[in-house]
Amino acid sequence: MASAEEASRPFAGLSDVSISEEIPVEGDIAVPVGPSTRDDEFSTLDEPVKETIVRDLRAVGNKFIHVLYPKRSSALLRDWDLWGPLLLCVTLALLLQGGAADSDDQGGPQFAEVFVIIWFGSIVITLNSKLLGGTISFFQSLCVLGYCILPLTVALIVCRIVLLSGSGNVSFAVRLAVVTASFGWSTFASTAFLADSHLTNRKALVVYPVFLFYFVIGWMILTFSPGN
Amino acid sequence: MATPNDLQFQEFEEAANLLSADPGAPTLSMSASNDPAATAGTPAAGEDVRLDLSEDEAAQEESSELLGGQKSAGGFWTFEYYQSLFNVDTVQVLDRVKGSLMPLPGRNFVKHYLRNNPDLYGPFWICVTLVFSVAISGNLSTFLSSLGDPSYHHRPQFHRVTIAAVVIFLYAWLVPIGLWAFLTWRQGTERQVGGYSFLETVCVYGYSLFIYIPTSILWIISYEWLRWTLIVVAMVISGSVLVLTFWPVVRDDTRVTAVATVVTIVVLHTLLAIGCKLYFFQTAEHTPPAATIAPPIHPTPITAH
Repeated sequence: MASAEEASRPFAGLSDVSISEEIPVEGDIAVPVGPSTRDDEFSTLDEPVKETIVRDLRAVGNKFIHVLYPKRSSALLRDWDLWGPLLLCVTLALLLQGGAADSDDQGGPQFAEVFVIIWFGSIVITLNSKLLGGTISFFQSLCVLGYCILPLTVALIVCRIVLLSGSGNVSFAVRLAVVTASFGWSTFASTAFLADSHLTNRKALVVYPVFLFYFVIGWMILTFSPGN
Repeated sequence: MATPNDLQFQEFEEAANLLSADPGAPTLSMSASNDPAATAGTPAAGEDVRLDLSEDEAAQEESSELLGGQKSAGGFWTFEYYQSLFNVDTVQVLDRVKGSLMPLPGRNFVKHYLRNNPDLYGPFWICVTLVFSVAISGNLSTFLSSLGDPSYHHRPQFHRVTIAAVVIFLYAWLVPIGLWAFLTWRQGTERQVGGYSFLETVCVYGYSLFIYIPTSILWIISYEWLRWTLIVVAMVISGSVLVLTFWPVVRDDTRVTAVATVVTIVVLHTLLAIGCKLYFFQTAEHTPPAATIAPPIHPTPITAH
């Protein structure tokens, strides 16, 4: 009966516990925290800097590969980052320098102009696609558009190499072919990533500004002529 | 008829009977939302609702909101307001562009093509395309016209893009503002009907600039007579779109004001075209007498009505 009573009153045994006021209650409450994956992602402060940079570079490189072989994957969208676009934009702007008569205003685009066109153009295209009812987020779209500049940057490097051997008609034809191919590749890659996020009857409205964007960048690359 | 077995069907029939008796009765719709552009998966929801809500005032307001036909889906500081301005499909945009290319005397661009759904997609991207097409074609024409010249060093002339952008965007946005303000003021004092909203004016101007895109590309061919022919054709088409749109509005005004308004529209349009041509497509010879031929051609669309 006593056990039944005790069972029915689970805290019955504590009723005669009393704590004297002179003895302070102290102790440790230690909750053992094992290494969980959530903690691992946040506590990267202690790792060497090289590891941090290499991890980011690896992520960027992984996305580059996804751009070069575009399939309908969500890697670019899932882990978007803006390091790649920044890297590509700075490379493009730097390589477009050294053109004919930089200080003359008849010359090619200045560094700031390239930067503004790429970033402002990406923002406008993203706003456009969101206003048309797209389901992609702002930064994801910026990420995709920025990463898909990679083929055009490669084309610019190739063009500069071709220009080293002279700027005659043959080199122009080669440059035209390279820039056209990379422009088509960029547009195709970005539409492969952006395709699913829009209504079918508005897809052309969303793709056209992307086409125009890469066309203008391709034009800037094609008309690049080396300084004297 | 009220058998318990058919209760569910009975309700439906009753509702259908009620609706056929009074088509204007407001009905609840479960699938449509206030912001049709946000429901990315149900583009046809707005059209389905339209069949039921047509007559009643409250229902009409609800239906036009659901269709996104009214621009007031929130204040102008909300994102939904601007989303309602982009509520067009590819087919609609292409249709409007076609309408701007082929102005027929019976078809008012605003009434026929816009149909209370002005969009900002067309004007904005047409202006951007025009900026780049003018700058790039100008660069190409300079390059081609000096192909035989060995001392010519090709320059990208990138500053032209900036200038083209400023000029074209100013034209496409400031002129409609001025025109709309003027027309609204006249409408207020003269008690006219049928004025256009600001967005419709911007829309008409934006779409009327479309003809200049292929024109600027064709301007690469460097024959002066061809260029002037193209510019005259483009100005006639584009100007007549504008004139046909705005003539019914100013027609009721005093003769002087009406003609002055229309002539101002046409002259500004002409100035834009000729200015672009002269600045971006400079050739060695300068042809100032040809510039005075263009304006007298324009009164013919006006007097032909």
